[in-house]
Amino acid sequence: MVENAQTLTRSTTWAAWLRGFAQEAVLPALVMVGLVGIWEASVWFFKIPVYLLPAPSVIWADCAEISDVILNHTLATLHTVLIGFLVSIVISVPLAVVLTSSKGIATAVYPVLVITQAIPKVALAPLLVIMLGANELPRVVITFLVAFFPLVIASATGLMSVPHDLIELGRSYKISLWQELCRIRLPYAVPMIFSGLKVAITLSVVGAVVGEFVNADKGLGFLIVSASAFFQVPVAFGALVLLSLMGVVLFQVIVVIERIFFPWSAESAGNSFM
Amino acid sequence: MIEISNASKVFTARDGHPVHALSDIDLSIDDDEFVSLVGPSGCGKSTLLRLVAGLAPSTSGSIEVDAIPVSEPRRDTAMVFQAPTLLPWASIEDNVLFPLKVMNVLDGTSRRRAHELLELVGLAGFERKYPRELSGGMQQRAAICRALIHDPRIMLMDEPFGALDALTREEMSLELLRIWTDRPRTILFVTHSIPEAVLLSDRVVVMSPRPGRIADILEVALPRPRSFAMEGDPAFQATAQKIRSLIFEHHG
Repeated sequence: MVENAQTLTRSTTWAAWLRGFAQEAVLPALVMVGLVGIWEASVWFFKIPVYLLPAPSVIWADCAEISDVILNHTLATLHTVLIGFLVSIVISVPLAVVLTSSKGIATAVYPVLVITQAIPKVALAPLLVIMLGANELPRVVITFLVAFFPLVIASATGLMSVPHDLIELGRSYKISLWQELCRIRLPYAVPMIFSGLKVAITLSVVGAVVGEFVNADKGLGFLIVSASAFFQVPVAFGALVLLSLMGVVLFQVIVVIERIFFPWSAESAGNSFM
Repeated sequence: MIEISNASKVFTARDGHPVHALSDIDLSIDDDEFVSLVGPSGCGKSTLLRLVAGLAPSTSGSIEVDAIPVSEPRRDTAMVFQAPTLLPWASIEDNVLFPLKVMNVLDGTSRRRAHELLELVGLAGFERKYPRELSGGMQQRAAICRALIHDPRIMLMDEPFGALDALTREEMSLELLRIWTDRPRTILFVTHSIPEAVLLSDRVVVMSPRPGRIADILEVALPRPRSFAMEGDPAFQATAQKIRSLIFEHHG
């Protein structure tokens, strides 16, 4: 009986999964294909010049021709994005722990955080190049500055949202502050930290491109600037598409990491959106 | 033996005024005694429990367990809250083992003990499940197992069945009685339910609010083992009625 029930639920979950897959993947893909088709058709139909709006087929052809160059630029940007993102994690989560553990520190540091957010990063980028040199470092710093704030806020919110009873439960067993952090507060904050990570990873791509616009000799941001300068509009469009794809793929990587390593977080009610 | 003498607790409200949560509490509780605290909201029942737990200091007076003043949580005490407060990321078994893990006393027999406790409350086979997969009553059963895992001598229960539906609540009361009869320990039990207090307790402490103080302490003169069938018993009725009038005379 029990086994039957289990096979039954398993087959129904398969059916549900298939239906979910159709709804979540096939439909959006069809919409995307449709939009690209409309784009292609309108470019031909209205005879739009290639320097204004190249057709998808032209973008594909021009980019495929120099695919190895584009691959190098993509890897360069990916490198900056990932390093900036990792630095954001390494700094933001401990910073959130410090901010939430003491009212005094929070009051002292919070205005500084807000100021770092108020500074326009595009305006800061040229100055950072002067300060840090014409290398990858200023690009990583810009990426970090763009990405870290939402992660700090999300992590701090998660750490603060632990129910009072749970903290009291720990205290009733005389656990240390360190144990309280590792065994109760940080695990409890995981769903919020992940929603912060999802925002941060997409912002990291934005940050890296801003850095590359100002100072770079490679990267997709650099490719957009240089290709536009030579009116290679299809290549610039190709770089743009790749940047968007990079954002989407990295976002999905975070989603998958959450589902694999923190299934309870991915399923928790507070995190049902995405 | 828990000895509370002349204990008071004063909080400072947001507007700076002192709030007398507890005033001149005198209460001694014998080993293995089942004592309930009953009273309207704001009478300081939970505060008293937290003082005994060592989670908050008293403003004046003394609280002693076995003649030792309580200044911090004790390892032979366990708390059960109104909400199950299980860790959502841990399996039921890991939740039950949580106190042993944080006290660093996990050993080879711990898992077996967790299984025995879960079996005792009818949760055998749920070890690998996660809290969200269990009903409210089952979660609270797991929370009780967690409180029992290190075999505490004192259990402090803050409206443990308050969030459950009426039927589950009666079932859980009987289960608690059975667990306590099997292996007696001191239980201090906060509740809003008068029948529950009468059914479970050796003595019922009736409290009244503003400031929180003890209105009266009643012995429950009913034989054990007890069951809900005793609700019709004149002694049961009389005790319940006495508690009710004590609570409402202070309200009226």
